[in-house]
This record gives sequence, C-alpha cells and structure tokens, in this order.
Amino acid sequence: MPERWQPRRARPWLIASLSAGAILIASCAQKPARPDLRAEGPVLTREDALWLNRVTFGLDEATVAQYRLLGREGFLNAQLEDRGTLPDAIAAQIAALPVSHVEANTVLYDVEQRRKDINALPNPPDKEQARKALDEEGNRLDYQAERREMLRAIYSSDQLREQMEWFWLNHFNVYVYKANLRWLVGDYAEEAIRPHALGRFRDLVLATLKHPAMLEYLDNAQNAVGHINENYARELMELHTLGVDGGYTQQDVQNLARILTGVGVRNKPEEPKLRRELQGYYVHSGAFEFNPARHDFGTKVLLGKEIGGRGFGEVEQAVDLLVRQPACARFISRKLAAYFVSDNPPPALIARMAQTFQATDGQISAVLRTLFNSPEFEASLGSKFKDPEHYVVSALRLAYDTHPITNTKPAIGWVNGLGERSFNHQTPDGYALTETGWASSGQMSKRFEIARQIGSGNAGLFNPEDGGTPAPGGFPQLSNRLYFDAIEPLLSPTTVSTLAQTASPQEWNTFLLASPEFNYR
Amino acid sequence: MKRREFLCAAGAATAGAFAGRLWAADPAKGRFLLVFLRGGYDCANLLIPYSSSDYYATRPKIAIARPDPQSATGALALDSDWAIAPAVRDPMGAMYKRGELAFIPFAGTEDLTRSHFETQDSIELGQPLGATRNYTSGFLARLAAQLTGPAPISFTDALPLSFKGTVDIPNISLRSVGKPVFDDRQSALLASMYSGNHLEAAVTDGLELRKEVSQTMQEEMTAANRGAITTKGFALEADGIGRLMRDKYGLGFVDIGGWDTHVNQGSAQGNLANNLQNLAGGLSTLADTLGSEWRNTVVVVVSEFGRTFRENGNGGTDHGHGSVYWVLGGSIHGGQIAGRQQRVAVNTLFQNRDYPVLNEYRSVLGGMFRSMWSLSPDALQQVFPGTTPLDLQLV
Repeated sequence: MPERWQPRRARPWLIASLSAGAILIASCAQKPARPDLRAEGPVLTREDALWLNRVTFGLDEATVAQYRLLGREGFLNAQLEDRGTLPDAIAAQIAALPVSHVEANTVLYDVEQRRKDINALPNPPDKEQARKALDEEGNRLDYQAERREMLRAIYSSDQLREQMEWFWLNHFNVYVYKANLRWLVGDYAEEAIRPHALGRFRDLVLATLKHPAMLEYLDNAQNAVGHINENYARELMELHTLGVDGGYTQQDVQNLARILTGVGVRNKPEEPKLRRELQGYYVHSGAFEFNPARHDFGTKVLLGKEIGGRGFGEVEQAVDLLVRQPACARFISRKLAAYFVSDNPPPALIARMAQTFQATDGQISAVLRTLFNSPEFEASLGSKFKDPEHYVVSALRLAYDTHPITNTKPAIGWVNGLGERSFNHQTPDGYALTETGWASSGQMSKRFEIARQIGSGNAGLFNPEDGGTPAPGGFPQLSNRLYFDAIEPLLSPTTVSTLAQTASPQEWNTFLLASPEFNYR
Repeated sequence: MKRREFLCAAGAATAGAFAGRLWAADPAKGRFLLVFLRGGYDCANLLIPYSSSDYYATRPKIAIARPDPQSATGALALDSDWAIAPAVRDPMGAMYKRGELAFIPFAGTEDLTRSHFETQDSIELGQPLGATRNYTSGFLARLAAQLTGPAPISFTDALPLSFKGTVDIPNISLRSVGKPVFDDRQSALLASMYSGNHLEAAVTDGLELRKEVSQTMQEEMTAANRGAITTKGFALEADGIGRLMRDKYGLGFVDIGGWDTHVNQGSAQGNLANNLQNLAGGLSTLADTLGSEWRNTVVVVVSEFGRTFRENGNGGTDHGHGSVYWVLGGSIHGGQIAGRQQRVAVNTLFQNRDYPVLNEYRSVLGGMFRSMWSLSPDALQQVFPGTTPLDLQLV
C-alpha cells in the first residue's frame, strides 16, 4: 500500500519548496528522509523527458530506466517492433477475469438463446427482472474489458502499442449499450483491434468489418438486399477510411451499402438454410457470417470502379479499393498526427506520412516511424493537451507504477467523470483528439477535482474488486524518485513556486496534477 | 427560501465577472436557449403530415395513426394537415393552444453531406457553405459578442462548437453538480499556475462557475426539496437550466443525444417516442421554472437533419435532409405551423428521399435574433455572414 505521510518524516512539499528558493520553514531536526533523491539530480534532460512522455502514456520508473539503457532509437525500435511485458501481478489479474475466456460466437449463441427464453416468460414483471439480470451480466463483462485495457495502459511496457490500441478503438468506435455489445466489446478489443494495432491498416478495417460488435453497432447486421441500411457503409468511408472530404458521393454510399448486404452476425450455432446454388457463397468465422441469401448480387460501381456481383469477394475488393485511395492515406496520417503531434498537424508531415502509408501498403508501424523521427514531432513536444485517458493513466503511472493497483473502478470512474470512458461514446466519430474537446472551463474545473481525488487518497485503488474488506487508505507519494528524476525538470518557475505554497502533501499532489505541465504531453 | 432572498443570495455570488468579458447580469432583455438534438431526429414522427397518404404508404411499420378526435391519447391534430405525436401531446398540445409553441417544418441547413458530424458542425459554425471553415468561430459566440445584455452559458460537459470564439464562454453540465471542492485560497493558487497560459480564462471561469452553480443549485434544492416531484432525464436538467436562466444567464445552449434511429424506432410508442416524451417533459419543466420570465424567453429546438421520408428495412429511418424546428416561449406568436411549406408527398421529396429545406436555419434564426434584440443589419452580418434574415414573425 502507498506510504502514509507522517509528521516526523520529511514533508515532500518542503523538498519542492527548496527548489523554488523559498524559505525552509521546517526545523533542522526534520531532515528530509530521502535527500538522495534531490542530491542525484534529474537523470533525464528536459528534452528526453518530454520525448519519452509523449511516446508513452506518461513517465514511469521502468520506461525511464529502459530509455537510459537503450537510447532514443533503441527505445523507439523496441516500442514499434517488440512485444513487451506486464508485471506478474497485473498479468495474473487479467488472466483471472472471465472476459479473458469469452469467445464472441459462443457467448452470442448463449445470450440470444436466453433472450428467447426470457421472451417466452409468461409474466411481464418476471420478464423485466430477467432482462435486467441478463444486462447486468453483460455490464460486468464490459467492465472487465475496460479494466483489462486500463491495467495494460498503466502497466504494460508496450506503451506505444497500448496507445495505438486506444487510438484504434476510438477510430473504429463502438458503443457498449447497443444491441448485444456488452458481451462483445472485450472480444472486439482483443481480436479485432489489438493484433493489428501496429500492423497493416487493411487488416484492421477487415477485422472490424467482420466483427459482430461493429456490425451490430452500425446496423450492417440488418443490411440486406431489399432492406438496405446504409449506416455502416457511410461511416466506413466517412470515418474509417476516406474522411468526409474523401471524394465519395451519396451514390457511392448507396452502392457500398449494396456491396455490404449480407455481411452480418451469426448468433445461433446452425448455419442458415440456403438454396443449393448459394451454398458455395456462404462465409463464416466465429460470430461473423456472410449470408448470400441476403446479398445483392447485382453489379455495383464504387468510386468509379465496377464491382461485379460475386459475394464476399466484393467486400474485400471494396476494402482494398478504399484503403488504397490517396485520400485514405492522408486521412489516417492526419489523424495519427493529430493524436501524437499537434491539434493542427503540419501538412508537410502529413504528406510524408501519407507517402509512407502508400509505399508500405498501409503499414502502421512504418507510418509511425516517419512521424516519430520527424522534426515536426520534436518541435511539438510538451504542447499537446492530455485527453482524459492520458491524464488519468499518466497520474497513476506516476503514483503507483511500482505498486500495482488491485481495483480499477476508481480509475475508470475518473476517466468517465472527464467524459472519455471506453466503449461509452455513443456516436461513431469517437472522442475528440484535440484540446478544444477537453479544455473548456467546465472540464478544467472537473479535472482539478479529479486531481484532488487522485492526490489526496488512494480512492479505493487497493480494495478488493469484489467487495470484501477495504484496504487501509493513504495518499500517494508523488514527490518520488520518478518525480525528481524526470518530472521536476519539466515544471515552470510559476508551478514550482505554487507548489511551495501548498499546505499539505495531499495538496501538493493535487496541485502537481493540476499544473499546466502535467496536463500537457 | 423566498424568491427575493434567493435573488440576493444568487447576486452575492457575483454575476458576469467571467474572464474574457463583462456581461451585465440582467437577462430581462430577452433570453434565448438553443436545444440541439444530436443524431438527426425523425421529425416526420413528431409533426405528423397526416393528410399525406404517402406518409402512411411509405411507413408501414412506423407511421403514427391519424388523429382521432375521440381519442385522448393518440396523435393530436394541430390543423388539417399536421398532428403532433402522442408522446408529446400532453404538455405540448396545451402549449401550442396557448400560443407558446410553433413548429417550422422544412427547416435546416443546405449542407448535403448527410453526415451527422459535418452537418452539426456546419450548423453550429453558421458560416456560409462552401467557404473554408473557421472552427474557432461558432454562431452563438458571435451572437454573444453582439449583445451586451444576456450572459452566455453552455449547459454541456464540453464547450460546443456553437460557442467557440475568441473569449471563453463558461460551460457546465447540470446532469450532476456536487458541492464545491476548492476554497478561495486553493482556487486562487490553482488559477495562478495558469496565469499567462492560454487556458487561463477557462481555468478561472471554470473555478468561478463551479462555485456559483453549486451555491445556486444547493440553495434551490434545499428550498424546493419539500414537495419535490422526482424529475429525471432532461426534465431534471431543464429545471436547473430554468433556474440559472431565470436569475442570471440569457443565452444558453444544451444538447440531447440518442436520435439516430436507424433500427426499430417504434411508432406511437418505442425508442423515438420515449426520447420525444423526455424532451417535451423537459421543455415544459423549463417553462414552469422560468415562471414569469418565461414570457421573456425564446427556446428553439433544432437537429442536424431530418430523416428519410420512407422507413428503411429495419423499422427505422436513415439520414435525410429537411427537419422540423420547434420554437417555444411565453410571448411568442405560436400556435401555428410557420415558414415556407409544400405539400408532403413522395413526388415532392428532395432527391426522391427527404424533406427539402425551404427555411434555411441561418435566415430563420437571424430573423428571430433581429426581432429579439433589435440587431442592426451589420450586427446580423457578423452573426450569420451572407444571410438575409427571414422574418417569420414568431417573436
């Protein structure tokens, strides 16, 4: 558990006040218990600390050590190419979660069957109660999926992959309260997004296209010949691949919707009964199915290209066509740069990233390498406002990196309070990537309140998740080794002198987390 | 607490001293609230074109039955062509009769992308279509800059595009407001860290507004709790909006999501009906809370687009074009279906699919703003560049 502040020990905020040149008001008898932290001086230069802070979700001791060992290039290579590790305690927590053992197809069969059973109940109140109980079960799985993402974001050494996981989950946004998505979001993150987070963009598009979570969320599960639903077709172009200015027309939307007819969800173990001549066109894997009886086999024209009716091959051809458009390379490059570089990314950088995108047929790690090695990236360090996820994760990495939390609810609650909870964005555009989405007056005051909650107690982060005896409380020690090694060099004189005026270590923590420097990356 | 005492208490929280600008605290010159339904609500199932046989022919699953004068629960006829949905007839029917509610069908933007995000942005920015967009200039922010009376506020978690501008506009969501967290010393220290930072105004506004709103809400809650009816959803929020707008703020924005009904939207009952009921309940609460100030208030309800006239294959509707706007207020010339209109039939649909836009929203709102605050032509051009105001004589 976190250290408790005790009056006889050094008061961390007094250590900070020294650096501000303020008068030391403690008596000489109250010597700082860990003066060595100051004496050693920072181990990272301001530039290195800024760089590392942006490439990760935020600094922690392990990444600082790894960076000192590998250097900038080696660290970046490891982040882009290698598979990292999780602390044992975290890996064990994740392995113990039921959501880690759920498969999309079996869980869907089960849920659908139980919905049928519930509908057959004679008594309306019983029905209502059974429905609620079923949804509660789903909510628990959703929460576990969020917990898994949060634990990895804080503790995985794969900090870039974890950010990309978040980025793509946001890009290919789904909303947990639609249809059966409570049961599916865990599988969606794990199977559709995670394996491709640094891989090929085409694979990512196809994996999301074939996942029941996306098909239910954007209604393509209902899209069939004669019953066209163009919701997914539109967003696939507007939000997933080309961007709204990507050069497609309403006609393209309608034709892509026709191409996508029959792409749906298999929520029962039995295959659909098909006429013999259609049987060869049936495709399925897991909970995904392409049902040729629901498909429009007519010829379509998409972006000026004719696509002959031949079943699921049309869909793959359409995806290839979309992801190879120059508009797609630009759109994805721009969005990556908006996340990692600047709210208004420089056009020259976008152009070079788009070039890499096209030259590598959409290899995401290569596009990111262009980004991270650019002078534009270097020039932008320290000036990107942290979205809520970055904010909360970075605070927890500073506070509890070497002391794994056991209860993720407070952390998810904080991100939720700031309006960016995973799987909770209702519309398919995903959360904002720019400062204006998160830094209004109302959001700033909310953020300060959360800074106070993080800084002045452990908020139950060490309680057992499933009830039981709460662990004793205590606030985190933010004036820790990491702070002196790498965070203090980032602070402005104003922040340092404000910290010197705080009245307690909890307040010192709160103000550090509320400071401008901690709110930018 | 008596009303006068309350006003003193609210006054003590000092009004209008927000960072960028000083607004007078007297909103009596006319209040305006924009309610944005995000997702594109299906207006044809709110204001039912019941004289159109095509409406019934193209919406076999979701059409709402023709009004029956004998029924107290079905659709309510407003005239020989239009009726309002059963879900809203209760508070809205009476309001319409009292002349406090009007509808403007065939309203909207000429933006044709049919994209939620694109169209919402285009409406909130209020700039001429086709030109390069300036994402730091929303039309409500430009309106606020032209007015000296009403202090602006957004009742949302994030600041909407409508209110983005050169000065900070305070925002706070009223879905949940607790007790204040920081005392004056702490607030001053927090603000000092942002001195000179471009977020300085947002930080000081945020701390100030949080304190003020908690005080106002806390006092009113305590005063009102005795015989409190339990309100929920938008009605709860609307009550808070009503209090703040009654006593201090004159130019507000709030949004409500959940209108993108591609699947199973229902008919007289169902998803859309529930949403409409929630909205209507909130608007009626707002009028009640504003009390005598309701007559100095105008509320306009908009959405980014209408939906397809025909239902789709899934008992829902897809993205369309023209919408139906609502105009409410204690002294408006309501009780009418306003604006340019045309017969509703399949052969009059825009692109054989949607309601056309005959009442472009910038002209419509521009006309209202002109009447409400006697804005000069120059001032109106600042708010909606390149627009000729359309005076529907509603306000």
